[in-house]
Amino acid sequence: MFLITCPFCGEREQSEFKAGGEAHIIRPKQPTELSDDEWAEYLFMRKNIKGVQLERWNHANGCRKWFNAVRDTNNDEIKAIYKMGEKPPSI
Amino acid sequence: MKNKYSIFSLIKNAFSYHENWGKAWKDPVPKKEYDAVIIGGGGHGLATAYYLAKKHNMKNIAVVEKGWIGGGNTGRNTTIIRSNYLWDASAGLYDHALKLWEGLSQEINYNVMFSQRGVMNLAHNLQDIRDLKRRTHANRLNGIDAVYLSTEEVKKFCPIINTSPNIRYPVLGGTLQRRAGTARHDAVAWGYARGADEMGVDIIQNCEVKGIKRNGDEVEGIETTKGFIKTKKVGVVAAGHSSVLANMAGLRLPLESKPLQALVSEPVKPIIDTVVMSNAVHAYVSQSDKGELVIGAGTDDYVSYSQKGSHDIVEGTLNAILELYPIFSRMRMLRQWGGIVDICPDASPIISKTTVKGLYFNCGWGTGGFKATPGSGDLFAHTIANDEPHKLNAAFNLNRFVSGDLVDEHGAAAVAH
Repeated sequence: MFLITCPFCGEREQSEFKAGGEAHIIRPKQPTELSDDEWAEYLFMRKNIKGVQLERWNHANGCRKWFNAVRDTNNDEIKAIYKMGEKPPSI
Repeated sequence: MKNKYSIFSLIKNAFSYHENWGKAWKDPVPKKEYDAVIIGGGGHGLATAYYLAKKHNMKNIAVVEKGWIGGGNTGRNTTIIRSNYLWDASAGLYDHALKLWEGLSQEINYNVMFSQRGVMNLAHNLQDIRDLKRRTHANRLNGIDAVYLSTEEVKKFCPIINTSPNIRYPVLGGTLQRRAGTARHDAVAWGYARGADEMGVDIIQNCEVKGIKRNGDEVEGIETTKGFIKTKKVGVVAAGHSSVLANMAGLRLPLESKPLQALVSEPVKPIIDTVVMSNAVHAYVSQSDKGELVIGAGTDDYVSYSQKGSHDIVEGTLNAILELYPIFSRMRMLRQWGGIVDICPDASPIISKTTVKGLYFNCGWGTGGFKATPGSGDLFAHTIANDEPHKLNAAFNLNRFVSGDLVDEHGAAAVAH
């Protein structure tokens, strides 16, 4: 249980948000040309980092907007929040 | 067996006030080289070592464990054992495990307190009824015992359930697997550890793996806090930390590690003599031999290794428990804890070779691995010893995420994962 600062609404309880998983997974530009291995990589394989991870969150029970977070999965400490489309801050 | 447990050894040891029982397993210093090393000393890892030694005659092997044996998810789960899965591949896997459970205490001469008290799954809406009936038929076709129960039969089997039609999610029916039940989680790890140790397996505790050394596409050994151990075969059974170990070998897995919580109440007199699970409202409850209610909650939806979950998950589960069992309304909860579960996209496990020769993974059990402990160990041992999967775990290979041949038990199994 922890708090997340929505870039649009401010600090709220984590239970208001929906986790969107690993961030910066780029959707294939030419899906028809992807091999099975590349599809598996895109759809299923995840870094699942123990440590600082970049991830997407959605303020599902609030403004319903998406944003990115830098979070330490060891202790759920949020290091930074940045908007969709922005580059991750260096931490 | 030098320390065979029996009524006679119990009486004999009573004369010396139970102070002279032999150690159940040794505390060895790791050798320089083993024929195989299992990473992870939980139930699955210890069972793997036991069956490697017993059925495949691989005795120069070791189990390395970061903490103490059985201290991870083996000691944190709600001990439910059942095999009523929908798909053929899952039914084969989990029923193989259930059959091994039925003879386990005798086989390893260690009372795992396996109790076939039945597992009942409840239906709360029309789609639940259809799903449960379909699963009952599928189970029977696979030779797994299953019956569908009406609301009245549910009430008869477990009288404390509130079957009033006026509650928010009324009980409309259920299924029952009578062979299912519970076991004592610690005893499973300890029993397999004792059995493996007896056959010469080194169980090395407080030994964290820091690296997996590869020579091209082959495994060479593992780097640990107790030094380098050379080996040609490494079996990883590390549950929530599987991805961390895969990264050490330069692999990626289709896993996400999430917190799963459970809680127990203060101990009370026997009130519920079965296991009741409800998918729709996500609540399941049984009673331990000590008298505590053992309650399983759901997973959080974010990746975390913190072994802590959110309060709202516990609150949601307790809301559902109270509606189904109003009798528990003034009961106090004693303890609450979390474990880290590794969840696959299809909610089925991976017991598989990898692209690295000599490196095997047994992971992805998600929220329901305890029930499979003996079967998982047996099949993983077969896979490691023969470098080929057994027919019962062939479907649970890593390549299914490339081929698309998933074993989709999300929602198809008796509970949502």
